[in-house]
Amino acid sequence: MKLAALPETGRYIARSVRQSLRLMVGLPDYDAYLSHMAATHPERAPMSYEAFFRERLEARYGAGKGRCC
Amino acid sequence: MQTLRRHLVWLAVAVLGAFALATVALTRGESVNALWVVTAAVCTYLIAYRYYSLFIADRVLGLDGTRMTPAYRHNDGLDYVPTDRNVLFGHHFAAIAGAGPLVGPVLAAQMGYLPGLLWVLAGVVFAGAVQDFIILFISTRRDGRSLGDLVKQEMGAVPGMIALFGTFMIMIIILAVLALIVVKALAESPWGTFTVAATIPVAVFMGVYLRYIRPGRIGEVSVIGFVLLMAAIFGGQAVSEHPAWAALFTFDGKALTWMLIGYGFVAASLPVWLLLAPRDYLSTFLKIGTIIALALGIVYVMPQLQMPALTQFAQGNGPVWSGSLFPFLFITIACGAVSGFHALISSGTTPKMLDNERNARFIGYGGMLAESFVAVMALVAASCIEPGVYFAMNSPAALVGSTAQQAAQTISGWGFVVTPEMLVQTAKDVGESTILGRAGGAPTLAVGMAHILHQVIGGQAMMAFWYHFAILFEALFILTAVDAGTRAGRFMLQDLLGSFVPALKRTDSLPANLFATALCVAAWGYFLYQGVVDPLGGINTLWPLFGISNQMLAAVALMLGVVVLFRMKRERYAWVAVAPAVWLLACTLTAGWQKIFSPDPKVGFLSHAAKYTEGLAGGVLVAPAKTPEAMARIVFNDRLDAALCTLFIFVVLSVLVYTVRACLAARAAHRPTVHETPYEPMGAAVGAR
Repeated sequence: MKLAALPETGRYIARSVRQSLRLMVGLPDYDAYLSHMAATHPERAPMSYEAFFRERLEARYGAGKGRCC
Repeated sequence: MQTLRRHLVWLAVAVLGAFALATVALTRGESVNALWVVTAAVCTYLIAYRYYSLFIADRVLGLDGTRMTPAYRHNDGLDYVPTDRNVLFGHHFAAIAGAGPLVGPVLAAQMGYLPGLLWVLAGVVFAGAVQDFIILFISTRRDGRSLGDLVKQEMGAVPGMIALFGTFMIMIIILAVLALIVVKALAESPWGTFTVAATIPVAVFMGVYLRYIRPGRIGEVSVIGFVLLMAAIFGGQAVSEHPAWAALFTFDGKALTWMLIGYGFVAASLPVWLLLAPRDYLSTFLKIGTIIALALGIVYVMPQLQMPALTQFAQGNGPVWSGSLFPFLFITIACGAVSGFHALISSGTTPKMLDNERNARFIGYGGMLAESFVAVMALVAASCIEPGVYFAMNSPAALVGSTAQQAAQTISGWGFVVTPEMLVQTAKDVGESTILGRAGGAPTLAVGMAHILHQVIGGQAMMAFWYHFAILFEALFILTAVDAGTRAGRFMLQDLLGSFVPALKRTDSLPANLFATALCVAAWGYFLYQGVVDPLGGINTLWPLFGISNQMLAAVALMLGVVVLFRMKRERYAWVAVAPAVWLLACTLTAGWQKIFSPDPKVGFLSHAAKYTEGLAGGVLVAPAKTPEAMARIVFNDRLDAALCTLFIFVVLSVLVYTVRACLAARAAHRPTVHETPYEPMGAAVGAR
C-alpha cells in the first residue's frame, strides 16, 4: 500500500465503522437514502433526517413493515 | 509451482493450527495456556474459511456475482440498501451474537474444556456456518424472504405452519431461560440489582433525549448513556456497602421473577422509542465493546486454563446439568457451534442489504466463525478460574449444600480441591455476599472476565467493578432480548390467534395488544417461575429444552437447504447440508427421547415425575419438596416439559417427512424445480448507483 493512500484508507475505515455501528441498531446510511431518492424519485421530497430516524425506529421494532415502490 | 506457492502459506497456518490443537488436546497433568486454545481456533477458522467455504460458494451453491441481489432490485434506501460488505458484516454479527455463545460453553465446561472446544470448532465449520451461509444464500435468491416463508415455498404450506409454530415455542423457552439467567445473577445481590435497575431510567432519559432534545443523535446519546451506566456501577457499590440501601435492593429469586414478569409486560407495551430502542443501542454497543475487550484481554494476559481437559463428569452425572456427553454436550452448546435462531437473522434483514451474492460467503460463513470465536472466549474465561470455584457457583444447593463449608467439602471430595476460605474470598473479591448456587453461566463468565480484565486495568481493587460490569453487560442485552422477544411473540400470537378470533389480529387495537402481550409474558413467565423454584437450579431443566429446540430449528433450516440443493439439481453436493442435518437430528432426537423416557430421574422427565407420584401415593415427602402441593406441582411441570419435548420431536419429524418427499419429487423431475427469483444481470443497476 502506498503511503499517500493512507489517509484515504483511514477515512474508509472510520466511515465503515461508523456506518456499521449505526446499522447494528437498525439505522441505515442517510446519505445513501438521499442519493437513492434523488436518483429514482426526484419528484418526491425525501424525509428529513429526523423523520428518517423515526421511520426506521418504528420499522425495526414495530409491526407491519412498509415497502417502497 | 504457482498453485503450490499460493497454498504454501495456508499449509503453514494448518500446521500451526494442528500443533496448537495437539498441545491443547494432549497435554495432561499440567495447565495449558489459553493462547494455545485461541491459536487452534483461529487457525481452524482460517483454513475452513479459505477452503471449505470457498468450496461451498463455488461448487455447492454456485454463487453468481453477476446476479442482481434484492438490495438493488428493491432498493428503497430503507430496508433494501446495497451495503458495503464490511459494514454489513458488523450488522450481521451484532444480530447473531447474543447470550447463547456466552452461556452454553460455560455450562459445558463441567466436562472439561476439551469436549466443548472440539464441538465448537467442528460444529461451526461443518454445521453452524454452513447453515447461516446456505440460508442467507437461499433468502437472497428469493427477495429476502423469511425462514417461515421459505419453508412454505419450497416444502409446502403445512410444514411452513409447523415451522412457524415451532419457532414461537422456541422463543418462549428462550425468553424463559434468558430471564432465568438474569434472576440467578441478581438474586441476593444488591449491587447487581441496583445497577441493572438503574438502566431503566438511563434508557428512558436517552429515549426522551433522542425524541425531543436532539432527535436522532445516536452517537452522542450513547456516550452519555455509557457514562451514566458506569456511574450506575459505582453507585451500586455504594448501595451494597450501605446497610439500609442494600436491604432495599436485596431480593430473592421469586421476587425478582415477579419483577421481571411485570417489567416484561410493561416494557413490551410502552412505545419503542422510550425504552426498547435506547437500551438496544446501549446493549449492542456494550456487547461489541466487551467482546473486543475480552479478546484483547485474553491475548494480553495469556491466562492458564485451570480446568482439566476432561473431568469425570464427561461420563455423565455432572452437577451442572445431567446426561452423558452424547447427546447432551451437543445441545448444551448451541450458539457458537450451530444455532437455529441464526436462520431467522440470515433470512431477515441481512439478505436485503447484500450488495453482491458472492459476499454471502463472507457475511454468512465468516459471521458465524466470528460468533464461534466468542464461544471459545467464553470457554476460556470459564476454564481459567479455579475448578472448585466453578463447581461451587454452578452446582445446585441440593447437591453441594448451601454453606461455603459444605460446598467446599463436597467439591473437594470430587477431586477439585477448594477451601471454604477461597469461596468466601472470591465472593468478597467480586463484591457479593455469596457466589454459591449461581448457575446459568452469566456469573461464572463474569468471574472469569473479572479474573482476566482486572489484570489489564485496575488490579485487585477493580475486580468487583469488572465483575459487575460483566453482569451488567449480560443483563442489559438479555433484558433487551426479553423486551424485543415479547413484542415479536405478541405479533406471532396475534397472527396465530387472529385466524380464530379476528378481533385479536388488529395490532392497532390496544386491548388486543395488551391481551396478546399478557398471554406471551404469562407463557415465558410460567417457565421462568418453574425454573426459579426448581431445587436443582432450573438451568438443569430449561437449558436442555432450549438446546433441543434451538438445534431442531437448525436441523429444519439445514433440511430446507437439502431440499433447495435437490431442487437446484445439485444433489451431488447435498451432503454438505445432509451431514450436519443428520447429526443434529441424531443429537436432538436422542436427547429429546432421553429427556422424556430415561429411567434416570435426573435426566428423564417422566421418571422424575414417577418418583414424586409414588411419594404422593405412599404419603411420603420426597426431598427437596417440602409439601405434598410442591410435589404435585413438580409432577405437573415434569409432564408439561415432557409434552413440550414430544411436541418438538413431532415438529422436527414432520419436517423431515416433508423434506424426504420434496427431495424425491425433485429427483424425479428432469430440470431444476427451485423457486428462485428469475435471473437479472447486475450490470445496469450497479452503474446507476
